[in-house]
Parts: sequence; structure tokens; C-alpha cells
Amino acid sequence: MELWYTQEHSPNVRLSIKVDRHIYSEQSRFQRIDVMESYEFGTFLTLDSQMMVAEKDECIYHDMMVHVPMATHPAIQKVLVIGGGDGGAVRELTRYKSITHIDVVEIDKRVVEVCRHYLPQTASKLDDARVHLYYEDGLRFVRDKEQAYDLILVDSTDPFGPGEGLFTKEFYGNCHKALKEDGILINQHESPYYERNKGSLQKTYERVSAFFPITKFYGACIPTYSSGYWLFGFASKKYDPVRDLKKDQWEALELDTQYYNTAIHKGSFALPNMIKKLFDK
Amino acid sequence: MGIDVNSMKPLDNLCHPVSVIKEAEVLAADAFGSKHAFFMVNGTTSAVQAMVMSACKKGEKIIMPRNVHRSAINALIISGAIPVYVNPGVNKELGIPLGMSYESVKQAILENPDAKAVLVNNPTYYGICSPLKKITELAHAHHMLVLVDEAHGTHFYFHEELPQSAMSVGADMAAVSMHKTGGSLTQSSFLLINNQVKEGYVRQIINLTQTTSGSYLLMSSLDISRKNLALNGKEIFDRVIELTRYAREEINKLGGYYAFGKELVNGDTVFDFDVTKLSVHTRAIGLAGIEVYDILRDDYTIQIEFGDIGNILAIVSVGDKDFAIERLISSLSEIKRLYSKDKAGMLDHEYINPLVAMTPQEAFYTSKHSVPLENSRGKICSEFVMCYPPGIPILAPGEYITQEILDYINYAKEKGCFLTGTEDREVARINIVTEYEGSGEEE
Repeated sequence: MELWYTQEHSPNVRLSIKVDRHIYSEQSRFQRIDVMESYEFGTFLTLDSQMMVAEKDECIYHDMMVHVPMATHPAIQKVLVIGGGDGGAVRELTRYKSITHIDVVEIDKRVVEVCRHYLPQTASKLDDARVHLYYEDGLRFVRDKEQAYDLILVDSTDPFGPGEGLFTKEFYGNCHKALKEDGILINQHESPYYERNKGSLQKTYERVSAFFPITKFYGACIPTYSSGYWLFGFASKKYDPVRDLKKDQWEALELDTQYYNTAIHKGSFALPNMIKKLFDK
Repeated sequence: MGIDVNSMKPLDNLCHPVSVIKEAEVLAADAFGSKHAFFMVNGTTSAVQAMVMSACKKGEKIIMPRNVHRSAINALIISGAIPVYVNPGVNKELGIPLGMSYESVKQAILENPDAKAVLVNNPTYYGICSPLKKITELAHAHHMLVLVDEAHGTHFYFHEELPQSAMSVGADMAAVSMHKTGGSLTQSSFLLINNQVKEGYVRQIINLTQTTSGSYLLMSSLDISRKNLALNGKEIFDRVIELTRYAREEINKLGGYYAFGKELVNGDTVFDFDVTKLSVHTRAIGLAGIEVYDILRDDYTIQIEFGDIGNILAIVSVGDKDFAIERLISSLSEIKRLYSKDKAGMLDHEYINPLVAMTPQEAFYTSKHSVPLENSRGKICSEFVMCYPPGIPILAPGEYITQEILDYINYAKEKGCFLTGTEDREVARINIVTEYEGSGEEE
């Protein structure tokens, strides 16, 4: 018997991963949750059959989401993670002693419970004393926050399904309000490669840049995500991620990271011309 | 489009139903608790007109609030019935007309014992209900029919926590916009009758103006939505009530906005409140409702029902997802943050008591001429002026044009309301009744 998990990256492109065992499956109130064990990528989680985290390459995504803003603005203390029920971003955040408070807002409690059970690699730090879990809609949570956070990480699913509200204009406006004067917003942006994603990328850029004077993209190669090339958004009221990189200060922390280093930090903001062109007005 | 067929024998005939349409009408009557239900394919407008024309002939009086939909006053132009206007109460703070108070209806009935009917607008667009049961009992004691414009109250029939429906309190006729909150296709509607009202006569009245080529698309959609509401109505409106309750609570937390609700209930001019109408007063953030309405659409891709001078109205239905409600609330929060301004200089009232000079029919058909709006002060209006939606006339034929009304029209225009009703597409000119003794100096 052969078992394969197949994800559609475009209507004409698929990525298949050979699966050893399908170990968990559930339809929660919000989405279908599945956990599988694979030979190449270890245990992985899918939501509505979209790849979310795989043991083998999740470090790339979580490193880039967390260390890029932390190396730009080391004084970050209060962090809001929207989505991120797998705990991967939290795990990286908890490595910084300087961070005092982490709010995690995950709409689906079952995602957290399932990850705690099957993916301790990412979920292990969700019990850190600084972490506060809220099971509610991110759009709602952030609405009444003002100047409350130094960093907001939008670690959501794609712009359809339960994460839909996290790609809207009002959400980015609410985030702007919830951030302090020198706050940073990081969001995941999908792949810019396939035609069907380009529109939402441009729209998100338009919406974010309307609120934040500094709006940049940075990329990373993540094998299990669509096209293997993934973009993140860096939006800030004050800091430029390349100009203000605190290389020495970050390196002095001596964090042992699998993917991130300060050279990658700088390089990740260098974008291919074909992607730069998408944002030329 | 395969079901877009016309009245061949096996499909019955809307003008004179004897088989399948009749059966569907019987099922609808059963679902709404009425003696009979007519399938209407010319909109609730035609249902309202059929009610008025069934109850009153030319020269007969009908008691009604002035804040009715244009369709009711149109019915007066067609039939020549004479309106006796009851001033609805006004909530000064919100700038919205309320329901008719029991006492004001009683006074109108006592002063006009020859009136044939009382027309009640229940609920209003904003969800305000009148003391329908008491008004019905009073009118019946004086041998008057009770007609209810229930265009915004279809759902009342399918959930016990919602205000009383017309049929449940013994009213004689009701026009129900199935297409508004019941899920049928736009333009399809029900006319319900009760008590001594004769089905055959009402059918004749309907046939005076309704098409003889009744659309089977519209009729099927009425039948299907009737079935859906009869079977699942409780569940559907449970969810709608919960969604609006949540939205109201969250919007009120934002500050500046006032999403009003049951707290307005005073047992009389606000006898009850339809909680599924999410009406939000916006003036405290310095924006007219219509401005918030436009920003929601243009900047946040959220289309709501309408915005007027002081309020916006979102109608929540079973089709709305939780996340759509979250988006609406968060967008309102953003609009307040980004656009709010000083509220000084904002017009603070909505209802203007009409000064009636002649009946709508007389004024509409008499000799008239067109003048620029600014020269019309003190003249008798010969046509309608209204914002659409909600379609409640600011001026109706036969009413004096006052400075207050002109100020209101100009303000509504300036804020971006969509004005309609006049012969002049631009609503820059208005038809006035020609007064022969005067000269033409207003030109």
C-alpha cells in the first residue's frame, strides 16, 4: 500500500509527500484538521488540507517570522501572535529573555490541542509563563487594543477560510492602532509565483502600506509551501529592517538557529525583479 | 431559465388560481396563519396598493402615519382615497420616526369616524413597532379595517422572540416582503388577508394592476422560501438574533456609535423593537449615516442596507457568516478612528410634520408646473421627493413646501443621499400646483 498526501499549489501543479501513517483527523467547528507522518518531512499538520507545519522545515518559517523583527528591534517586550496555534512562533519568541508577554489568539482551540499532542516540537513552549492563550477571532481581539504591542505576528492560514478576516483593510488598521509608535507587524504572504496568488499579494501590499510608512517584503525557501518560495511582510512605523538591523546585538545573544542568521536577514529583503515589479506603482 | 414559462393550463393562472398556485397559496396562508395568502409578483408595492384600494374607494378616508413608504401614498393617488395623517412620535436624539401612539390613533379615529381603515407601518425600516394589537382592537370597535405594511416583518411569523405579527393580533390585511427577510427573489411578495376580507374581491383589485404574465420564477421562489421558513425558520432566526445581539454589543463597545435596541421600548410609540435590524446611530462621531454607508462600501467593500442623515442600517440575514459581522464591527472601529470629526453643524432631526393642502390624487393630477427647487417655498408640491432607500417621502403630493423641508433636501443632497421622486432627474426642479390667482413670478 502507498499513501500520498497531495497539495494543489495551482490548478496545474501538485506536490505529493509520501505518508507513512495518517495519525489524526477531525472536522472542528472551523476547519478540517489532519496530522500525518511522512518519511521525508516528519510529522506534519494540515488545515483544510493545506500544509501548515512540517517538522522538517517549520524552522525556516518560524525563524524568519520571529528573528527578523527581533534583530531589527531588540527592545521588543510585548508580542501578539494571531493564529499560530501550532506554537512554532511562540517557541522562537520564548528564546528571548527580554520578551515579557506573549498573547496568542487562535480561533480554533482544537488546533492547539492537536498540536500539543502530536507536534510537541512546535507546541512545547505554549505553557511558558509569559504566554497567554485566547481562543477567539483575531479581528475581534485586536479591535480594542491601543498602543499595546511592540510586535504583532500574523501567523494565519491563507486568505480564505477562517483566516479570511486577517487580510482585510480594517484588520491592518486595527493592528496599526494596537502597535506602539515603534511597533512592527509581520505577516505571511503566500507565494508570489503562481498567477492566482499575485492579486492578493498586491492587494495586501496596498492595504498594509496605506497604514505603515515602512512596508517591505522578504522571502525564504520553504520546501513544503506552494512553489517553495514564500514571502513575508514587514511593516513598521519606525524601523527599516535592513538599515536598522542590530547585527552585533543579535549575535551577542548567541541563539542557536537552524536557518536564520544576520546575513540571510539582509539578503532576504533582496527580491527578484519579477516580484519587485508587482509592487511598482 | 427552463422554468421561465407562462400560464398554461397545468401551471395554473395567477389571475385566477384554481390548481397548483391555489395549493401553494393555501400552504402559504397556513404558514402565516392567515385566511388566505396571495402570491404577488409586482413587489410589496402592489401588495400595499391592493390593501389600500381594497379598503377605500375614491373620497374615503384612511388613517395612516406620514412615514409610510411611497407605495402607500401612490395608492392614494391611484384610488383617490384621502389620507388622515397621524404624526408618528419622533426620537429626537436619533432623528428617527417612531410608531403611532395608541392615543394619536384613537384621536384620529374619533375625529374621523367615517374613515374606512387604519394603515400601520410595522415594523418601520428601523425596526420600530406600534402597539398593533391595541390599535387593531380599537379600529375594529369603530368598524375600520386594519392594514399592515409588514414589508420589513416577514420573519415575525417564524420566531416567538420577535414582535407580534399582523395576523397574530387579528389585523385584516398585511403586505409581507418575502424577498426582504424571507429569502425569495427580489420583487416577490405576499398579501395576507384575515377576518371578513373577501378573497375574491381582493383578487379583483390585485388584477387591476398586476401583470397577467406572473413570473413562475418569482412564484416558485415564494413557494420554496415559504417552505424553508416553515420548516427551518426558528433555527434561521435564532442565529440571526444571536448575530445581531453580538454585533450590537460590540458596536456599542466601540464608543461614539449607538446601535440601538430593545432599550427604546416604551410600550407605546416604540411598542416593540425588531432586534434583527442592526441600526446604528452615527452622528456622535461627526459623520452622517450616509457618509459611513459610503465609506463602508468604497473603502471596506461592505454593502449595507442604507444610510440616512443620522443612522446606518445593516440587515443581517441567515446568509451572513460570523466573519462578515466581525468585519463590519472592525470597519466601523476604523472609520471612527480615521474619519470622525466634530459633530457641530450636523442636522439633528429627521421627521418633518407635513402641512397638507390637498389630497395626493388632486395634487398629482391638477395643473402644475416646474420651478427650481429654491423658488418653491410656500408652494404646494405636486410630486414626491424622497431619499431612496428608505423611500419614505420628505414631500408627498399635496403638501406645502417649507423652508425646513428645503433645508433638509439640500442637506441630504450635500451628504450624498440618493434623492428620487421628481420628474426632474437631477431633483433640481420640482412640480408645484399652479395657483391661478397668483402670478408666475417664482419662475
